[in-house]
Amino acid sequence: MANDNNKHEIDQVTGIETTGHEWDGLKELNNPAPRWWLWVFYATIVFAIGYWAVYPAWPTLTGFTGGSKNWSEYSQLKEHQGEITAMRAKYEARFTAADLKTIQNDPELYEYARAGGAIAFKNNCAACHGAGAQGGYGYPNLNDDDWLWGGTLDQIYTTIRYGVRSTSDQTRISQMPAFGRDDLLSREEIEAVAEYVQKMHLGDKAEKTATYEKGKEVYANNCASCHGETGDGNQDVGAPRLNDDIWLYGGDRASIINSIANPHAGVMPTWEGRLSDSTIKQLAIYVHSLGGGK
Amino acid sequence: MTTTPANTNGYNDEVVKLFTVASLFWGVVGMLAGLWLALELTWPALNLGEYLNFGRLRPVHTSGVIFAFGGNVLFATSYYVVQRTCQVRLWNDALAKFTFWGYQLFIVLAASGYLMGITEGKEYAEPEWYSKLWLTIVWVAYLATFLGTVIIRREPHIYVANWFFLSFIITIAVLHITNGLSLPVSLFGTKSYSLFAGVQSAMIQWWYGHNAVGFFLTAGFLGIMYYFIPKQANRPVYSYRLSILHFWSLIFIYIWAGPHHLHYTALPDWAQTLGMTFSIMLWMPSWGGMINGIMTLSGAWHKLRDDPILQFMIVALAFYGMSTFEGPLMSIKEVNALSHYTNWTIGHVHSGALGWVAFISFGALYHMVPKLWKRDGMYSVKLISLHLWVSTIGIVLYITSMWAAGITQGLMWRSYDKLGFLQYSFSESVQAMHPFYIIRALGGALYLAGALIMIYNMWKTIKGCSNCNCQKA
Repeated sequence: MANDNNKHEIDQVTGIETTGHEWDGLKELNNPAPRWWLWVFYATIVFAIGYWAVYPAWPTLTGFTGGSKNWSEYSQLKEHQGEITAMRAKYEARFTAADLKTIQNDPELYEYARAGGAIAFKNNCAACHGAGAQGGYGYPNLNDDDWLWGGTLDQIYTTIRYGVRSTSDQTRISQMPAFGRDDLLSREEIEAVAEYVQKMHLGDKAEKTATYEKGKEVYANNCASCHGETGDGNQDVGAPRLNDDIWLYGGDRASIINSIANPHAGVMPTWEGRLSDSTIKQLAIYVHSLGGGK
Repeated sequence: MTTTPANTNGYNDEVVKLFTVASLFWGVVGMLAGLWLALELTWPALNLGEYLNFGRLRPVHTSGVIFAFGGNVLFATSYYVVQRTCQVRLWNDALAKFTFWGYQLFIVLAASGYLMGITEGKEYAEPEWYSKLWLTIVWVAYLATFLGTVIIRREPHIYVANWFFLSFIITIAVLHITNGLSLPVSLFGTKSYSLFAGVQSAMIQWWYGHNAVGFFLTAGFLGIMYYFIPKQANRPVYSYRLSILHFWSLIFIYIWAGPHHLHYTALPDWAQTLGMTFSIMLWMPSWGGMINGIMTLSGAWHKLRDDPILQFMIVALAFYGMSTFEGPLMSIKEVNALSHYTNWTIGHVHSGALGWVAFISFGALYHMVPKLWKRDGMYSVKLISLHLWVSTIGIVLYITSMWAAGITQGLMWRSYDKLGFLQYSFSESVQAMHPFYIIRALGGALYLAGALIMIYNMWKTIKGCSNCNCQKA
């Protein structure tokens, strides 16, 4: 350590003394740490100490220092949720008490329901029914007036609340027979009825081939009891209307054959218990307002 | 004072060269993976097959740039610096060589696992038990090589760069071993489970995760800064006292800051408070390094004008200063409530990673490569300048787009209408990211282009320049 006794040299450029050490040509100036740096550092320490006095901070043998504000992240959550509740308070009590008809006829409550329903739809329904409620393969379009289980406010409300083939005791449920899988119809018969069903929406304009006529007969014996003589469907049992050109699982021949042979029996979850009754009412009003509500 | 200059041929520069070349290679791999991920986020159809899907590729990017690129740079520079500032050859050549091949093997083991879906699922600590065990062995060899060299030094004092390198090596060992404690399901199976569960696991993970930032990406690269800036500027370090103060305050305070990653979670309030307040106290200790680096140029600012290598280093410190201000800011609970889980975090990380870590690395590599291969200087100074500008524009595009994206997300998530209903769904906030993601990918592409320019320049330099106008250093 003899080197330490050497005289510290002065840096020519800055006129500052070096520490007298050198490594691979590198030296160090003996500048003090900048004052402002130290003061800001002290200020952050003072801030921290002050913060510890106010908020929960240090663990102790029996728990932790709680701080003067008696704050916790749960109290903050409660406070913030309180703000939301306060914003809704103007309408929420009236809304909860009112039935769907009353809400429909009260412009303020109706607007409230539409606003709440819109965001609840985007967060809960859009994943299947699409952001614009346009639906998709297996998921009904909610903008049109083609309803599986009915398009009145009450019917929509029931469908949302209890779901379709869901886990709820009161779920909407029906089961179309698996005409192919369970050998209820021959392959030939299924192909024939598929041709008939595919052309149903054409009415009298449909080209009446021999297969078509055969399909018509198969339809009358096997399908008409639920889907109706003329294919109007039956919303009481969720049997889709077949005489329009709207198809949930595809309208080409192969898809229709598949739907007859192996029915899809789509599922919609029950929202009871997961969404509040108020939110379900908002959703019913919102979906009803999209264009197809009866 | 005079020390006997050691014969420079006496340094083990062979292993430094190996690490240098490896860092360039892994740098490109890591950045390429990053660019691909940015494109996947912009156009999800690019999630091609199981191996390139986002979940598997992401750790290849993060580990690739941090541990493979950054790690190899740290090995290269620490071995380069410790020999020169201790005036001795590395303590043990065989061990040094083992750290090279051992570390590359670790990278390959870890990355191949990620692509095959083998992961512990801990951010920045994804490798499964067998890779972690292997890294532990390599790391102990690294510590022995480095510390051994410091012990046999021919200088009375330990240079400041070596304090930082040593604190980085030791702390990373402690963090890695603790967070990595896990029980393999079977001796020949890849799967293991962490020894910690629930909130303890989260706490240990972010104690590790934040200090990987603190000691790997900050302390380690400050070590680089403390040697290469004074060396490139040919000026003394600005303040010895500042270096002592900020070194000890930095390492003491950093280790507490991890819980700020777990604000508003199951972590107890008191731990969150400590994480936040220590992060705020960390501001000045972090800035000490920036001040000391930038002020080293005092009286010699003109050198900055024509030396793009020095420009790289000083821009790195500017980004370092910005990120280490932004970090404490984001640790404040009210700010974090907005920024957490948004792209702001991604922007913050990248201003530190692209701006600070990689820029100071580029500066050091440009300084080292001609010396290692005994050239007069880099093949082209103009290309260094081009690299600097292309990459800087890339960073600016990257971080500004991510700030805007993050604040947009944060605001959309908390936006209520006057009736008290949320205004946006989550998927709408995802949709809103698209334009920002395009800009970010462009920024990343420019940054990668800059790195490729560097590699071309280095290749020409290393190849030798008998037939070209090689610039004098």
